[in-house]
Amino acid sequence: MIVQFIDFFRDRMKMTVRLCYGVLALLVIIDIIPGLTGKEHHAHSWVEHYIPGWWSIFGFVACTLIIFVSKWFGHLGIMTREDYYDD
Amino acid sequence: MMTDLWIHPAAVLIIGALLLPFVRGPRVIRNLYLLLVPLLAFINVLTMAKGTFGVIQFMDWTLTFGRVDGLSHVFGFIMTLMCLIGTVYGMNAKGIREIFAAWLYVAGSLGVIYCADYIVLFLFWELMAFSSVFLVWFRGRKQSISAGYRYLLVHTFGGLVLLAGLILRYKATGGDLSFGPIGVDSPTLYTYLIMIGFILNAAVPPLHAWLPDAYGEATVAGAVFMCAFTTKTAIYALARGFAGMDILVPLGVIMALYGVVYAVLENDARRLLAYHIISQVGYMVAGVGIGTEMAINGACAHAFAHILYKGLLFMGCGSVLFMTDKSKFSDLGGLYKKMPRTFVYTLIGGLSISAFPLFSGFVSKSMIVAAGFHEHLMWPAFLLTLASAGTFLHTGLKVPYFIWFGKNNCSEETWEKADDPPVNMEIAMAVAAFFCIFIGCYTPFLYNLLPYPVHYHPYTAYHLSESMQILLFTALGFFLFVKKLAPEVVISLDFDWFYRKGSKVFMWFARKPIQSFDNAWSEVYRVAGMVPLMITARFWSWFDWHGIDGVVDGLARVVGYFAEKLRWMQNGQIARYLSFMAGGVFVVLVWMFSSM
Repeated sequence: MIVQFIDFFRDRMKMTVRLCYGVLALLVIIDIIPGLTGKEHHAHSWVEHYIPGWWSIFGFVACTLIIFVSKWFGHLGIMTREDYYDD
Repeated sequence: MMTDLWIHPAAVLIIGALLLPFVRGPRVIRNLYLLLVPLLAFINVLTMAKGTFGVIQFMDWTLTFGRVDGLSHVFGFIMTLMCLIGTVYGMNAKGIREIFAAWLYVAGSLGVIYCADYIVLFLFWELMAFSSVFLVWFRGRKQSISAGYRYLLVHTFGGLVLLAGLILRYKATGGDLSFGPIGVDSPTLYTYLIMIGFILNAAVPPLHAWLPDAYGEATVAGAVFMCAFTTKTAIYALARGFAGMDILVPLGVIMALYGVVYAVLENDARRLLAYHIISQVGYMVAGVGIGTEMAINGACAHAFAHILYKGLLFMGCGSVLFMTDKSKFSDLGGLYKKMPRTFVYTLIGGLSISAFPLFSGFVSKSMIVAAGFHEHLMWPAFLLTLASAGTFLHTGLKVPYFIWFGKNNCSEETWEKADDPPVNMEIAMAVAAFFCIFIGCYTPFLYNLLPYPVHYHPYTAYHLSESMQILLFTALGFFLFVKKLAPEVVISLDFDWFYRKGSKVFMWFARKPIQSFDNAWSEVYRVAGMVPLMITARFWSWFDWHGIDGVVDGLARVVGYFAEKLRWMQNGQIARYLSFMAGGVFVVLVWMFSSM
């Protein structure tokens, strides 16, 4: 059952991807509509008030930063061959 | 009397472990026993009244084994629950020795949690290290033996620092051994020493490298136990003693980010999860550092949730290792058709750790971040939020994707072996998965266990919107850059380099420069030392023969001559000496009496 469920989406990759983009767009729209999420009361800082879709940008930039900075750091010589400690 | 009836849950496990080798008969009987002991410990914790028990007078010291209050109760609860789940998971382990070591390890953790003085704390603290190391050694590989020794050495060092701290404190306070708030406003040397002892077990960089080193090398069931107890017991100890210690906030934030960076680089699924423990424990350390009631609640709640979902993740990846003998992403992939249920359990763990709404992390992690924002600690709060994007990236996306989807790197043999694991392992995962969802959906269950009253509501529209945006846009980033994250067959150097390669540098130094210096010195010694020495020795030998002996013989002849004369003078004249002496005494006496 689990396999069939997964295969259902894998067989319809295009639709799945579109669905995902739709959800992302919806999230930003919800954030932008005033008064819908109670941002006015709950926001912690000014960036959340004045930048529409702030947490979307934050999430994407955070993810990109983590991937690229970590890989850059790793390739400075931190990542090394597996038998490094063997000899 | 309550005191007489109080049974320490650690005692249940220790006695249970000691009787374990004598449990024989059919497998069913053994499995029932394996279930019964941790269940008794769990029920013992559930039914325990609050108060102070198990107070023993030992020499000058009052030892307290049982301090049952809000803080110790929540930790005791989750530790015994996890012990039960872990035991079920490890039931089919080869032999019972893993369970034996694991129960003693959990007993150590419970001993620390319920004690109220540093002597009992130290004893159980060491019991944890010395029993858990067997969970690494029992893997039986050559690497696990070395990893176990490194684990033990690092923890022995930590234990010694802790011991030094508490002895200094004992002296400085005039015999105070009580384990409670240590006075973080005026820290002294012993405060820092005790803190270092604790944060080494919490795996705070640069004292963290033992964790991925040992957990990645532990047995399948052993890692499930280890990921729960050592770090979270340290969090308990920090929450008890160091709430509000400012330096813990930046340390916690560094931990949260450090774990994330190394998790990106890691190719071994279980080592990735181990690095992510460091990241998650970072939230708890930061929470303890913030130190408000809300932050301490958050640290406890997160420890509680973390033990379950991290246990679940280690059980999921452990099942893959158990079935296929592989744990590296570069040897796995595309397994969803072969191990679908394991995938679902691991995904539930991944969504929980990533703090998806309706999963446990959502109601616990956010409490710490909110406490940070509440105290206007903007940078720490934003950086912890950034790290939470990293959490979803690795544990929610990278682990499931590269094991169950992605490029199929499985060898034919791996693919053949892959299947959902035996039923006891599935039951354990199902129970942990149930709790992950239950805690996330029904908040009063966890919130009522916390040490302080909770005035926090995670399910607000804004918090939901904020979390979903961060998580799903992280997912977008993952799928856009997924090629960048493809597994690389490498290991990553960490601070353990200093004692792994550092020892080699020392050995090289001992072999090469010191050895050649030693050789050169021997040569110098031979040429500049031995040769002149032999010449001088020969001279002195001649001198001794001709000079000294001549003088000594001459002296001897002189002495002999005078002795002959003296012998002639004293020739048996004792009576004459005595009469001279008597005469002398008489003269002195007359002089004395006449002058009076």
